[in-house]
Amino acid sequence: MSAAGHLLRRIAPQLVTLAATLLLIAIVFPGFFEISIANGRLYGSPIDILNRGAPVALLAIGMTLVIATKGIDLSVGAVMAICGAVAAAAITSGMGLVATLALALGAGLACGLWNGLLVSVLGIQPIVATLILMVAGRGIAQLITEGAILTFSNEGLIFIGSGAFFSVPMPVLIWVLAGALVALVVRRSALGMLIEAIGINRRASTLAGINARVLLIAVYMASGLCAALAGIIAAADIRGADANNAGLWLELDAILAVVIGGTSLLGGRFSILASLIGAMIIQAVNTGILLSGFPPEYNLIIKAAIILVILVMQSPAVRTTLIFLRRDKTSSQSETEPVVQ
Amino acid sequence: MLSKKAWIGACAAASMGFAVSAATAQTIGFSQIGSESGWRAAETTLTHQEAEKRGIDLKFADAQQKQENQIKALRSFIAQGVDAILLAPVVATGWDSVLEEAQEAEIPVVLLDRMVDSSKDLYLTAVGSDLVHEGNVAGKWLVDATDGEACNIVELQGTTGSSPAIDRKKGFEDAIAGHDNLEIIRSQTGDFTRTKGKEVMESFLKAEDGGKNICALYAHNDDMAVGAIQAIKEAGLKPGEDILVVSIDAVPDIFKAMAAGEANATVELTPNMAGPAFDALAAYMKDGTMPPKFIQTESKLFTPDDDPMAVYEEKKDLGY
Repeated sequence: MSAAGHLLRRIAPQLVTLAATLLLIAIVFPGFFEISIANGRLYGSPIDILNRGAPVALLAIGMTLVIATKGIDLSVGAVMAICGAVAAAAITSGMGLVATLALALGAGLACGLWNGLLVSVLGIQPIVATLILMVAGRGIAQLITEGAILTFSNEGLIFIGSGAFFSVPMPVLIWVLAGALVALVVRRSALGMLIEAIGINRRASTLAGINARVLLIAVYMASGLCAALAGIIAAADIRGADANNAGLWLELDAILAVVIGGTSLLGGRFSILASLIGAMIIQAVNTGILLSGFPPEYNLIIKAAIILVILVMQSPAVRTTLIFLRRDKTSSQSETEPVVQ
Repeated sequence: MLSKKAWIGACAAASMGFAVSAATAQTIGFSQIGSESGWRAAETTLTHQEAEKRGIDLKFADAQQKQENQIKALRSFIAQGVDAILLAPVVATGWDSVLEEAQEAEIPVVLLDRMVDSSKDLYLTAVGSDLVHEGNVAGKWLVDATDGEACNIVELQGTTGSSPAIDRKKGFEDAIAGHDNLEIIRSQTGDFTRTKGKEVMESFLKAEDGGKNICALYAHNDDMAVGAIQAIKEAGLKPGEDILVVSIDAVPDIFKAMAAGEANATVELTPNMAGPAFDALAAYMKDGTMPPKFIQTESKLFTPDDDPMAVYEEKKDLGY
């Protein structure tokens, strides 16, 4: 079977779920698929999904790598708040755009380094190690903004959040490029396989000669960098750093995106593309609820119900049953191929 | 999350504990919740300013969101024999015993901004804003502004289930009830944040024919309105003209938007709760005038006629 065929099989469940979610929205809200160009940028509900989903998509890229090493990064929401605050503080203190971005991305890398050191050098369990920054991070961000929303009016920084490049909103461009870049790097080199090896058996992979310690730190730093990008976008979008609310609970959405994408929390095999589709599914549900016009009291219940259905469909029990039923039907005709997980 | 001012205040309160105030000036203790929001930071700043204006020696204690710290602060105020206590309670319950101690020491207690579930005899009065009334003022403004013309309203609610969201919604609905030209066509929560305010407004615009169907936006707080204004602009419409914007709180940033013609009205939730409290205390101490049990602060309406840039300059350094 060709590589493309393999890939398609891998992401087929996610694509089907996304299509089903979009169709469901189109039923509740008929004008859903209309896209036009307004103010020199694409305009329409599907664009909103791509645009609003940018923070979770970016977080999901880093989270996929972390989860593939059998880790988890709970701090990404707080890191978003820190980096947004750093960017806003830097630009309002008169620094240039390039320096501001470098500082904010550097803050994200530093947060990732901190997590990575706790996990790989001190050997603290990832969920505990990253919990520290999850709690402390928002406090750090609030110290930077002094508890208020730090607003700025630098056109360059704002462009990252609400500008458009060839009609494509910048946040969309950033997450698509970041996703493509990371996917290429991990899949066109042995890096992805090494990450999977650590996730499946760190001890064995160390014995086999993989420098697990450095690789783990690098993975958490990548997650921090993705969170920094997401934080800059979130701040640029509202032209201000809101330390209390930026990225609040988004770590959970990012983990959910990875899970919907079919990557196991037990580590090992991963797919960046599937996680990104997972992020879009989550945002499609969010946007769909907003468009549907239901009273806000129903938001969380509807979201939970849809996600429950998605996860049940992907659960091992249901999958095995489906395969079993299919095999029953086709067993007389041909030999079935094993489903690629 | 301590702002600089709160730090200074906390340090000052700590050092004042040891200092003996020699002057004959009144000494009033103020137990503040913390500085969880810009509004609260502004309340702290204004309380200090109002005290200074009246020559009151203010002992400030920041509770960092903990009731036990507030009870400790109150006990230390009682031990120091202050003339009165201002209390912004972090929760509603559990105040009975410490309020009784204050009563036995004959120290009047004034509640600021929030209420307690204790007997009304245990405190002198409470100063606060009426959330329903705030919504009502916003609604009345829209009734007058539309002057009988048909107007479809979209509403950005606060956090679902929170009392400001429930009350501000009710007050607004009461105000527009009976005016058939006004109709709320969409209502969704924006969680009191800019990001969600912008995201929800984007979906409102898509759902209502690119916004052509929407004549006014009512947001339960200014932050959501600021986010929504950006969404309206990005959709190629003019906020303030194509879509009227009315919101509540009167934070500095909405005045900037108002000065740019992008917001039409805001109802102030004044952070100056201490002013009325000090006035009531002064009257009570002078000749024993009992204030009413609830002193409602003014829910002032601001429009572009109120020189928004001047208000912005006035408010921007309060710590919002």
